[in-house]
Amino acid sequence: MSFAQSVKRVVGTGSVAFSLALGAAGVQAQEPIRIGAFLAVTGPASFLGDPEQKTLEMLVDQMNAAGGVLGRKLQLVSYDSAGDAEKARTFTKRLIEQDKVDVIIGGSSTGETMAAVPLVEQAGVPFISLAGAVVIIEPVKKWVFKTPHTDRMACEKVFVDMKARGFTKAALISGSGGFDKSMRAECLKVAPANGIEIVADETYGAADTDMTAQLTKIKGSAAQAVLNPGFGQGPAIVTRNYRQLALPQPLYQSHGVASKEYIKLSGDAAEGVRLPAAALLVADILPANDPQKAVVTKYTQDYTARFKTDVSTFGGHAYDGFMIAVNAMKAVNSSDRAKVRDAIEATKGYVGTGGVVNMSPTDHMGLDLSAFRMLEVRNGTWTLVK
Amino acid sequence: MGGAWLQFVASGLTAGAIYALIALGFSIIYNTCHAINFAQGEFVMVGGMSAVSFVAMGLPLVVAVPLAVAAAMIVGLLVERLAIEPAHGNDVVTLIIVTIGVSLFLRGLAQVVWGKGIHALPAFSGTDAITFFGATVVPQSLWVVGGTVVAVIALGLFFNRTLFGKAMQATAQNTLAARLMGIDTRVIMRVSFALAALLGALGGVLTAPITLTSAEIGVMLGLKGFAAAMLGGLGSFAGAVAGGLLLGLIEALGAGFLSSAYKDVIAFVMILVVLFFLPTGLVGARSGDRV
Repeated sequence: MSFAQSVKRVVGTGSVAFSLALGAAGVQAQEPIRIGAFLAVTGPASFLGDPEQKTLEMLVDQMNAAGGVLGRKLQLVSYDSAGDAEKARTFTKRLIEQDKVDVIIGGSSTGETMAAVPLVEQAGVPFISLAGAVVIIEPVKKWVFKTPHTDRMACEKVFVDMKARGFTKAALISGSGGFDKSMRAECLKVAPANGIEIVADETYGAADTDMTAQLTKIKGSAAQAVLNPGFGQGPAIVTRNYRQLALPQPLYQSHGVASKEYIKLSGDAAEGVRLPAAALLVADILPANDPQKAVVTKYTQDYTARFKTDVSTFGGHAYDGFMIAVNAMKAVNSSDRAKVRDAIEATKGYVGTGGVVNMSPTDHMGLDLSAFRMLEVRNGTWTLVK
Repeated sequence: MGGAWLQFVASGLTAGAIYALIALGFSIIYNTCHAINFAQGEFVMVGGMSAVSFVAMGLPLVVAVPLAVAAAMIVGLLVERLAIEPAHGNDVVTLIIVTIGVSLFLRGLAQVVWGKGIHALPAFSGTDAITFFGATVVPQSLWVVGGTVVAVIALGLFFNRTLFGKAMQATAQNTLAARLMGIDTRVIMRVSFALAALLGALGGVLTAPITLTSAEIGVMLGLKGFAAAMLGGLGSFAGAVAGGLLLGLIEALGAGFLSSAYKDVIAFVMILVVLFFLPTGLVGARSGDRV
């Protein structure tokens, strides 16, 4: 062929090859960071999973609107495990093997989290759990972290408060769920060290609608205060029955019902109930110099503006989990599973909705007792107990 | 201990009244349609959840409650018309499976319509507890027991004093003969479902202020109501009431004196006990074959 034709041929092929290479590099740069999640959006634990789901969606959208992370878009792959450990296991498997996510944030309840732990340990995927029980991080598992305060911390915070009010004998009434059982076991364990004697220990079924029998037994016991580890509708009914039976002892709830939902369901009966919770719940009445004030105020504003509903501490746990994961990726400039895991473990001084987080190889949660604030219900809303 | 015992009895009777209403629904449908309607618990749920919706819309309780019961009756009619009637003529097991399917369907539909959360209904006359001899009840408990008593008496009058009620009894005894006598048995069956839905929904609205309600409550309530119906004798009305109250009492006393963790087990152990030793229940079912 002629010289002109050959030149055209070379230039043509060259530019095709060049744009293919550019395209391939472009496609690689556009490969989204996949954040996997399995949450109890429906079912008896929807208290937890629904705000968690909403929070993750909101944060992913906000991050993507601001340009993504490391120049890449974030993609949220989320499944509804409905509080069922079996479903949680199945979805975790799917997230790891089919969706090939870079990090997993999820496990609204302890049961669901523990079902996923063996899978993430085996596959080597960093997993930030949003559940409460201490067994999740004790013993420490290489790939498993958590953002919510442990049930043991909640027990300790409550016992410290009981002691301060002069009580030495307490009663427990708990449900049959994973969280309830775990927190009850922890409370029984740490009570003596905190100067509290457990004189009554009642239980109820997860779907029970009447706890007057158990509360009647507690009323007749030597207990000076009552603690109800649990979440969902159980504590709401316990609170109502408590008021009905006019038990004189003060009632403490766990952080498992740290949401307006609980106050709404319990009605007037919630008046005077105390529980340990994250600063997020009382963002507006926090003093201005509180280190968490800025973070919790902004999250509250964004969440209520978008979803037209109150914030809950559980959504806050999802917020913290997401931010810790994203900060870790930025710290190591990569979404590689192993590197991100190391960076998560090295999180220091992160101010979140749950408290100030300082993780270490032996502490995969990073919170201390100061992260809990003691709250009391007054006039249908939360107040800080000094 | 005296006060505690009475407290258990009080909670037991309250729960038992609801089981009785559900068991009555089972018996009515069993009598006329010869099928066990496992969607009975869902009627309770529809009643309670509809009431919550109507109240959320701004309607006063006085209006919301009857409307909710009416809504449940419409659902009952639709169930009969769309699911049971086409399956008519099949054997009992097929009909039972159809009702199980209906139950799943209603539960799913409820989650779509009302969401998956838990809801409370305001109490009919306040929440200040009433004390007697060391035990306390909320006023709503009195509504539950009172409502059940009124329903049972009304049912008795309906079946024994009205022509339609007698026609229903006739259909229950012998469907073919009833048809030959000019009774439209299809109408009878529709009314049966509407009646069962009414009873279930009544239970639902009465108990929602105490037990809270959600799209999932029908499951346990349906099973326990069935246990109560079996205990008293499937098909017998006196048996349904007796079985319901007895089951409620045994549950409450068992939770109080034995173990609170195994409360639900008691209902299901009762089913087993009845099936093994007393298949026709305490009062005995109204059944028999004419030769």
